[in-house]
Amino acid sequence: MIVKILKSLRQYKKETFLTLLCIIGEVILEVLIPYITADMVNNIKAGADLSNIARTGGAMVLAAILSLACGALAGNFAAKASAGFAGNLRSDMFKRVQKFSFGNIDKFSTSSLVTRMTTDITNVQNSFMMVIRTAVRSPFMLVFAIVMAFIMGGKLALTFVVVVPLLGIGLYLIGHFAMPAFRAVFKKYDKMNESVEENVRGMRVVKGFAREDYESKKFFNASEEIKKDFTKAERIVGLNGPLMELCFFFNTVFILYVGSKLVITNQGQTIDVGQISAMLTYGAQVLMSLMMISMIYVMLTMSIESVKRIVEVLDEQPTIHNPENPVMEVEDGSVDFRDVAFRYSEKAARDALFDIDLHIDSGMTVGILGGTGSSKTTLIQLIPRLYDVTDGEVKVGGIPVKDYDVKTLRDAVAVVLQKNELFSGTIKENLRWGNENATDEEIKQACVIAQADEFVSQMPEGYDTYIEQGGTNVSGGQKQRLCIARALLKKPKILILDDSTSAVDMKTDAYIRRGFYEYIPETTKIIIAQRVASVMECDMIVIMDGGRIVDTGSHDELLERCDIYREIYEEQTKGGKHHV
Amino acid sequence: MSENKAKAYQNKAPAAAPAKGPGRNRGPASMSQIKGSLGSIKRVLKIYIGYFPRLVWLLLLCIVVGAVTAAVPSVFQQKIITIIESSWKSGDWTGARPQVLSYIIPLVCLYVVALGLSILQSQLGAYMTQTFLSRLRENLFDKMQRLPLKYFDTHKHGEIMSHYTNDIDTLRQFVSMAFPTIIRATILLLSVFGIMLYYSVWMTLVLCIGIVLMIIITGKVGAGSAKYFIRQQMAVAATEGFIQETMNGQKVVKVFNHEDKAIESFEELNNTLMSDSGKANAYANILAPIINNIGNIVYVLLAAAGGIMIYFGTPNLSISGLPFGIAIMIPFLNMCKQFMGNLNQLTMQMNAIVMAGAGAERIFALLDQEPETDDGYVTLVNCEIAADGTVTEADHKTGHWAWKHPHQADGTITYTVLKGDVRLTEVDFAYVPEKQVLFDVSVFAEPGQKVAFVGATGAGKTTITNLINRFYDIADGKIRYDGINVNKIKKKDLRRSLGLVLQETNLFTGTVMDNIRYGKLDATDEECKAAAVLAGASDFIERLPDGYNTQLTNNGSNLSQGQRQLIAIARAAVADPPCLILDEATSSIDTRTEAIVQRGMDKLMEGRTVFVIAHRLSTVQNSDVIMVLDHGRIIERGSHDQLISEKGVYYQLYTGAFELE
Repeated sequence: MIVKILKSLRQYKKETFLTLLCIIGEVILEVLIPYITADMVNNIKAGADLSNIARTGGAMVLAAILSLACGALAGNFAAKASAGFAGNLRSDMFKRVQKFSFGNIDKFSTSSLVTRMTTDITNVQNSFMMVIRTAVRSPFMLVFAIVMAFIMGGKLALTFVVVVPLLGIGLYLIGHFAMPAFRAVFKKYDKMNESVEENVRGMRVVKGFAREDYESKKFFNASEEIKKDFTKAERIVGLNGPLMELCFFFNTVFILYVGSKLVITNQGQTIDVGQISAMLTYGAQVLMSLMMISMIYVMLTMSIESVKRIVEVLDEQPTIHNPENPVMEVEDGSVDFRDVAFRYSEKAARDALFDIDLHIDSGMTVGILGGTGSSKTTLIQLIPRLYDVTDGEVKVGGIPVKDYDVKTLRDAVAVVLQKNELFSGTIKENLRWGNENATDEEIKQACVIAQADEFVSQMPEGYDTYIEQGGTNVSGGQKQRLCIARALLKKPKILILDDSTSAVDMKTDAYIRRGFYEYIPETTKIIIAQRVASVMECDMIVIMDGGRIVDTGSHDELLERCDIYREIYEEQTKGGKHHV
Repeated sequence: MSENKAKAYQNKAPAAAPAKGPGRNRGPASMSQIKGSLGSIKRVLKIYIGYFPRLVWLLLLCIVVGAVTAAVPSVFQQKIITIIESSWKSGDWTGARPQVLSYIIPLVCLYVVALGLSILQSQLGAYMTQTFLSRLRENLFDKMQRLPLKYFDTHKHGEIMSHYTNDIDTLRQFVSMAFPTIIRATILLLSVFGIMLYYSVWMTLVLCIGIVLMIIITGKVGAGSAKYFIRQQMAVAATEGFIQETMNGQKVVKVFNHEDKAIESFEELNNTLMSDSGKANAYANILAPIINNIGNIVYVLLAAAGGIMIYFGTPNLSISGLPFGIAIMIPFLNMCKQFMGNLNQLTMQMNAIVMAGAGAERIFALLDQEPETDDGYVTLVNCEIAADGTVTEADHKTGHWAWKHPHQADGTITYTVLKGDVRLTEVDFAYVPEKQVLFDVSVFAEPGQKVAFVGATGAGKTTITNLINRFYDIADGKIRYDGINVNKIKKKDLRRSLGLVLQETNLFTGTVMDNIRYGKLDATDEECKAAAVLAGASDFIERLPDGYNTQLTNNGSNLSQGQRQLIAIARAAVADPPCLILDEATSSIDTRTEAIVQRGMDKLMEGRTVFVIAHRLSTVQNSDVIMVLDHGRIIERGSHDQLISEKGVYYQLYTGAFELE
């Protein structure tokens, strides 16, 4: 998993490597400084002359400056490497998502994809930076400091034989008990936050039923439980500090006592005050390194979740591919479904579509009617191959959709989706999604057909009006009309409207359909609607129920023989003929 | 991507993607930021101390004593090295041993005390932090429940949520880490500084030079860092905004073959982010080695200065009056490390202070909101109705309810049977003072009548119902329930007498049964089931894997829209209120599903006063009276047939000539 994401390092391998190199340099210098200091202290004690002090002092300043240089360079490289790594990773994810089919997209929710590309990447970036700086530094420091301690301190270094395992085992045990406790708490914590969200979202209901006290009590219980668990976990982790102090104290006492004994009995021959002082410094370095290693361990286990979520996206295989010798042109706008069955995933309990046989002539206007869950949307999404059929075959222009170049097919089949989006940018920019090179006249023309030209022209900046993110500054009906215009600009062979005029009034809806009839008679038009009025005049109406086609025919035919159609028709005409 | 597009993302994105908490890099804090946070921090501390009036002193004692014990050992070090110095030439360990031990033993004792305090502090700290946080959280939540609906209408949900996640988290960091560290480090610095002066003023001066140097350089680097962190924030916002938008519209991107274009725009933003983030972090990363190595250089300077002083035998200036020698120099060097280390820790906590201050400020903003006021004194009580119509209060369930109305003037109490008669007279209302939304609205609903509101979005339909159950209070006019001014009725009781079914069904995590019981907390299982039967929900509920005990999560995502709505209807039914408000209850359901829900709805409406808001005219046409609203005024009223024959706005809506938006 980690190997997988490290592939995204690419051009930043150099910086990563340089970081490591600089850090090793920094560590060596930092370990050397106490060594030189010990030398100096001993010299001073022995009554060395000024030039001697100046020489060792100079060496130390030099070492400090070099160490600073190494540290600064390492910091710089580490920042570049991790920012670059994160950038590459983000870009890889984004590109991968662009390759996703609808089936892939359904698997991840929008917000989860956004989190993966933002928060998770930031976590990985921070962890990576810490790993290349500290994860290398600490073990090196640990080893070097111990080696130096043995070289210099001889027997004094024996303290590490006690202290290092003690701290190591202690930290391990603390982690061993604390980590599961924390994991459990975080799970509960997430749940609590979810319930807060639920409460905020349902505030009208809470207040409407006067359930404020009830909700507070529910929350108190959850909160108290978290408090208990959290306190337990934190109390375990809280032992980290005292444990570290214990080791530090032991170290100091041992070195002071044994050190003074050694210095005095050997009359300063094997070991001297300078070494005692240096050993205290090494002790601190060793303990700090161990502490850092345990911290890194904690950080990494936390960011491993982020890595998992990132890899999930990178590993997701797009389910729709281009065929080997793709057909690069769509002949006409005829559509054929033969024995089509479809289910969203292998795990789905039942087919979303089954027994679908349907032929649509090029240039026909077809209406599709049916309740929610009758799979109208599913049906039309098979035409531009947004999903692949599970069984049977879909043909466009007489050729199976699987044989087309996907881009060619989708350029020829324009879908105005039910959940449609405009993007931040001017109206013109949005419309040009349909055709990058559309002239102003073409854009205006498309808007005239979609009944959008009138309100766009009335806006102070006309076609240059800026659409806010999510299209919040146009009404629902206006948004739908702009989306239709955008699809028209593609000059498609087949135009599919998936409940795309639900917020448009009846009259305008009728004008739009008349526009289709006048301006694009050769295009096949497929219209999904809730209103009978929207499909009444179609050449053919398809009635769907529970994933299959119940009947097809003209308005009059269906009114005569199809119960469902009659039911809907009567409901809507009785109930005010049209619901608005 | 055009310049102005990039800017738009920057402006938009923070709302769409709220700050992600501690995971995100933040720039170093400036002095003015720290000052700004101090007010809120003070208040946090006051609350903290208020929660633990005694324990907090114990904790402080632990920290202070702990800090002092950490500073003192250098004194022992000095003593022991003096012993070594005086006896190493003789090599007489047996003579020196008791002397050494006479310092080692108190040192060990000191350490034992320090260790004990440290353990106590850690355990106490964990307990206090978590108790503080949970109490704060509970206060926050409780306060939130008491806020008027207006607060939720004017604040984004994500924004409110982040109080519970990000803001509380910054306080956790502050209380558990920053606060003790700052106290400890400050005390330690002072103690160490004192000990240093005790030993040698000259050497301390050398250290001071180092500190000044350090402050100047970190200030310079910090300024550069802050600049790039701001740029990084902007780049992050722009990139996240773009990702958010593209992911939202990913299916549209596919349908229009727009993938390559999207990648192209993304790469541009991503590259900017990459370079800004690299620079910002580089500055931040450089800071640590700089501070560290200035520490090292000061260390060297001290060693050199000490050496020179010893060499020349410079007379020492100190509080102790001890002569300067190697025995002072070694602990001095170690103290220098300690000093620098703690100074470093102190500067590192400055960010935590700023963040906690900002977090606290946001939390206090919520805590300081005016709660929903309730001056009502008319309450709803169980009652018995005698044959002659006199009403007496009962202390047990009777199936009858009455309004208990104490009259302040003469101290008498009158009882009015709960019937569901609602009258609005000449009501004016504005959400914000400068924009009136309701003008002179009068509606009379007698018990059992069905009143429908029709009109465009923003015409004021929902506003009217918001006034009846007093989610908002009217500016002018009167609303009476069973003849009593609603302002006099206790809100809780008023709302209990009004059932509510909304377009957006909000179910809560729990079983189906729990969700139905939400309408009446003391309802028995049988009552809940009866309500489900009435709503026509029992059929599908019984077919669920665990029937009434099926767990619902995530707003009932395992149910269909229609099923969710049926549960919401059952929830209103179990409360058995005399008056119902149905706000677009069937709007997001298709015609066929609506037929099923409608049956439940019709049953529920029987014998109750009902206010219906609907988009679909089929839903409202059998109402006793239909009100057509336009820009806050009732422009037409009457039965369906009357309004059709009038050929007014309703007629036009009905025939589809108008767009309802």
